[in-house]
Amino acid sequence: MKRWPTWIALAVAALWVTSNSRMPKSAPGDRDLVAFGKIPVLADGRTKPLDTVARNALLVIHGRQTLRLDDTRTIGARRWLADVLFDAPLADKYPAFVIHNPDVLGLFGWEQDGRKYFSFAELVPFLEKIDMQGEQVERIEPSARTPFQVAIRNLRNSLALYQRLKNSLRPEVTGSFADEVATFEKAISPGLEAMREREKGGKFDKEKFDVFVALAARFQTMGEMACVFPVPPGPSGSGPRGEWISIGASLLQTISDGVVDPATKSWALVGDAYHGGDPELFNRHLPDLSGRMAESEPQATARAAYEFLFNQLEPFYQAMGLYVLAFLLVCFSWLGGSRSLGTAAFCVLLLALAAHTFGLGSRMYLQGRPPVTNLYSSAIFIGWATAVIGLVIERIFRDGVGSACAAVIGFTTLIIAHHLAGSGDTLEMLQAVLDTNIWLATHVVAITIGYSAMFLAGTLAAIYVVRGVFTTSLTKESAESLSRMTYGVICFATLFSFVGTVLGGIWADQSWGRFWGWDPKENGALLIVLWCAVTLHARWGGFLRQRGLAVMALFGNVITSFSWFGVNMLGVGLHSYGFMNKAVPWLAGFMVSQLVLMAFASLPPARWKSFQGTKTTS
Amino acid sequence: MPRRIFDFLSSLKLTVTCLSLAIILVFVGTLAQVDSGIYEVQRRYFQSLVVWWPATPGAFSLPVFPGGHLLGAVLLLNLVAAHARRFRWTWKKFGIHLTHAGLIILLVGGLFTDLFSVESFLRLAPGETKNYSEDPRAVELAVIDGSDSGFDQVAAIPESRLRRGGTIGHGSLPFRIIVRRFYQNSRFQPIGEAARDAAPAATRGPGSQIAVFEVPRATAMNERDLQSAVIEIVPASDPRQSLGTWLVSGQLGAPQTVSCEGKTWRLAMRPARYYKPYSLTLRKFSHERYPGTEIPKNFASHAVLTDPEHQENRDVLISMNHPLRYRGDTYFQSGFEKGDTATILQVVYNPGFIAPYVACAVVGTGLLYQFALHFAGFLNRRKTTP
Repeated sequence: MKRWPTWIALAVAALWVTSNSRMPKSAPGDRDLVAFGKIPVLADGRTKPLDTVARNALLVIHGRQTLRLDDTRTIGARRWLADVLFDAPLADKYPAFVIHNPDVLGLFGWEQDGRKYFSFAELVPFLEKIDMQGEQVERIEPSARTPFQVAIRNLRNSLALYQRLKNSLRPEVTGSFADEVATFEKAISPGLEAMREREKGGKFDKEKFDVFVALAARFQTMGEMACVFPVPPGPSGSGPRGEWISIGASLLQTISDGVVDPATKSWALVGDAYHGGDPELFNRHLPDLSGRMAESEPQATARAAYEFLFNQLEPFYQAMGLYVLAFLLVCFSWLGGSRSLGTAAFCVLLLALAAHTFGLGSRMYLQGRPPVTNLYSSAIFIGWATAVIGLVIERIFRDGVGSACAAVIGFTTLIIAHHLAGSGDTLEMLQAVLDTNIWLATHVVAITIGYSAMFLAGTLAAIYVVRGVFTTSLTKESAESLSRMTYGVICFATLFSFVGTVLGGIWADQSWGRFWGWDPKENGALLIVLWCAVTLHARWGGFLRQRGLAVMALFGNVITSFSWFGVNMLGVGLHSYGFMNKAVPWLAGFMVSQLVLMAFASLPPARWKSFQGTKTTS
Repeated sequence: MPRRIFDFLSSLKLTVTCLSLAIILVFVGTLAQVDSGIYEVQRRYFQSLVVWWPATPGAFSLPVFPGGHLLGAVLLLNLVAAHARRFRWTWKKFGIHLTHAGLIILLVGGLFTDLFSVESFLRLAPGETKNYSEDPRAVELAVIDGSDSGFDQVAAIPESRLRRGGTIGHGSLPFRIIVRRFYQNSRFQPIGEAARDAAPAATRGPGSQIAVFEVPRATAMNERDLQSAVIEIVPASDPRQSLGTWLVSGQLGAPQTVSCEGKTWRLAMRPARYYKPYSLTLRKFSHERYPGTEIPKNFASHAVLTDPEHQENRDVLISMNHPLRYRGDTYFQSGFEKGDTATILQVVYNPGFIAPYVACAVVGTGLLYQFALHFAGFLNRRKTTP
């Protein structure tokens, strides 16, 4: 057996991985945005590095994680966020806001000229209009909103997020924030004195009073607007109950503490240095701030550094490329009949699975949760579980089928996950009812493994049908082994779907007080279980042979996709953790494709290329 | 003949047919929820023997599909019959037997729950004490004698009795109630604003200023029927002499009064109540959010449970995923009123709640056993016949 194809394939795979995992470095003499990106802050309920804040915010506002400026320059998410936080007038001119909907442009009286991206400065005259229109949409049921309403609401949310970011770390308009903070610190005690005198009705120092009150009001507004909370609890326990707080809140706390929190001072210096456009000063103040964070919040700092690494490595993107490579290798191995290409595919798949596992494991570590917590992570997990089962099958049968399935489903689910990630942080906090690791680890994982197995069985059946109907490659032996694989995987799916469904019922009994409520998501799971039961009983009764089993497994794809996505589109029920309408045509397309395959599978054996001239009883 | 019936009942074909019909039923029942709402769908599709299709709405219906109870019953029969016919004890079939035994437990338990479980709600504001929970949908007409300062004597007429209509009497009451009309779901309009030919619903109380209209039943998740009734009250001693007609409804605020033989009763249409031999007092309701977000982190009700019969008087905490189980009832944190002014607990009485737990363990073991057995056998065969 020739070994060189394996080595070439692995070399290509290695090249792909290394070329995508270069760590970013700031140019000497430039502002060190890498170190900046690693600093932990609290946002959306969890501590994360500023790099993640930047990527998610830009994804929400812009639809992508890099921003192309007008003059063909492109900047990364970290640079954009730093400009928004510290140099708002500059960021206001970036074409960051994406508007696809023509009716929204019409609302502003703008003609469509192919432009999709607009700057905050351009939108300023319409803020009131957008706010009013967007607020009306809030009162409409999500499932009943028109495309215009969805678009205007998204724009309103993007603008709100942008304005909150601008006022999170320093006031949008200020010369030197550090001076302002120092003035405030000095103004507190005379200000309070003046306030007491004033309350008593005596003579008071109006100037001192006014300085103090004006700054306090300014910081209060800042605190109310902030969506990034960068001041750690710290040894002095700045925040109430040891929580992270905003710069504004921290400054207001100074009124009772007497001194400004050192972290807040540090942030003000860093911001001023950035605003002043002095890289050297910025790079001098930044280590001070990072050091302070590492000292007071060692765990959060370590986790933020890890998340930064995770963001840079993009393991799911890497895995996607490797799945494609593996699939191509399997196809070549089938065409050329070379065993060693099959081995190469297997090795590349192992590498893909390693990247996939690293991504999945990292998410679990960062979130401190079982693997599946939302629709996005269910897609990631389905791909992972299928790849594992596919590789096990490949080890047993060694005919490339297991590898092909693992590669196709692994790639597809990661693409689906990529498109589900548009709404911001995929490591979002969990609603109260979901806040239970036991059920997430058992019910959700079991159900999701059930989905994986169903998709795997359906893909095996698709291979059976395509090879049988369109090629002559489906020999009696390969037909039998494919059919046996399908049957085995359906048994596996039955086990996990059933246990998962009943565990879900028990969870519902624990948290809602009823085991079964005929909620759409529950019904979706039940449909899979019933479908497995029908298939298995029909096969035991002899009503189904190879082709029948393939038809059933293909329809299993339809049922599973309905259960995974379709029920979320109905817009009813208690499991409404992820409504989505954009995917409707995709889902419908997938279902139709499966029905077409089923129609092919139902052709009489005489029309199957592989069975022509052979006597088959199937 | 009995032999053939038995063969039919124990056949795999029947299993496959019933399971296939169940798939269609569940699928259609899921889609129907978009229009009819979850409660109506449960009643029509899943908790029924047959699904009726209203051929001419309101008058004439056709049975078009087997309902959930029928399919469940036939599957259960099929399962038992198949085992009676084919049961043979072998280790090879052990997993299959276990799986099906578990399914029997699950199906029977499900039927038990459908028939005997009661769901109700308990709404408590801080400091409030209640010894009853309320039905989320059904109402009752309470006739309250408040003449004793120590306690109220209440005669409650359930909704089902009101719907049947006719004359209702009770030994403790010197009058009878004649149901003139019952509205399953209704809408009110003040006479001044209603169409010119609209007539007042009743002669006495606020009903004399209001016109009532029947409206279709509520279907959305967050909507409820607003039941109303027009009743006439006649003295038991002289049924021909009417005291007048009243409009009773949950939509009217304060109770109305009726006087007869020198005594006064209050009339109130209110959610049907389930009284308990113990009471709960809400101390505090807390609603935590993740810092800097609106995402709820936890809801919790801190309450005091008082049970004179069992001499219990203790603090209890009811929070998300941590219900309180007491004397057959289970209290779940279900929701809260706007602004966190009151907690809403769901109260479930379900004598069959243990069945799914047992069934899950039994079926899971059975399936795992069978799968492991097959897989091991399969691997062995491959080793011996390469």
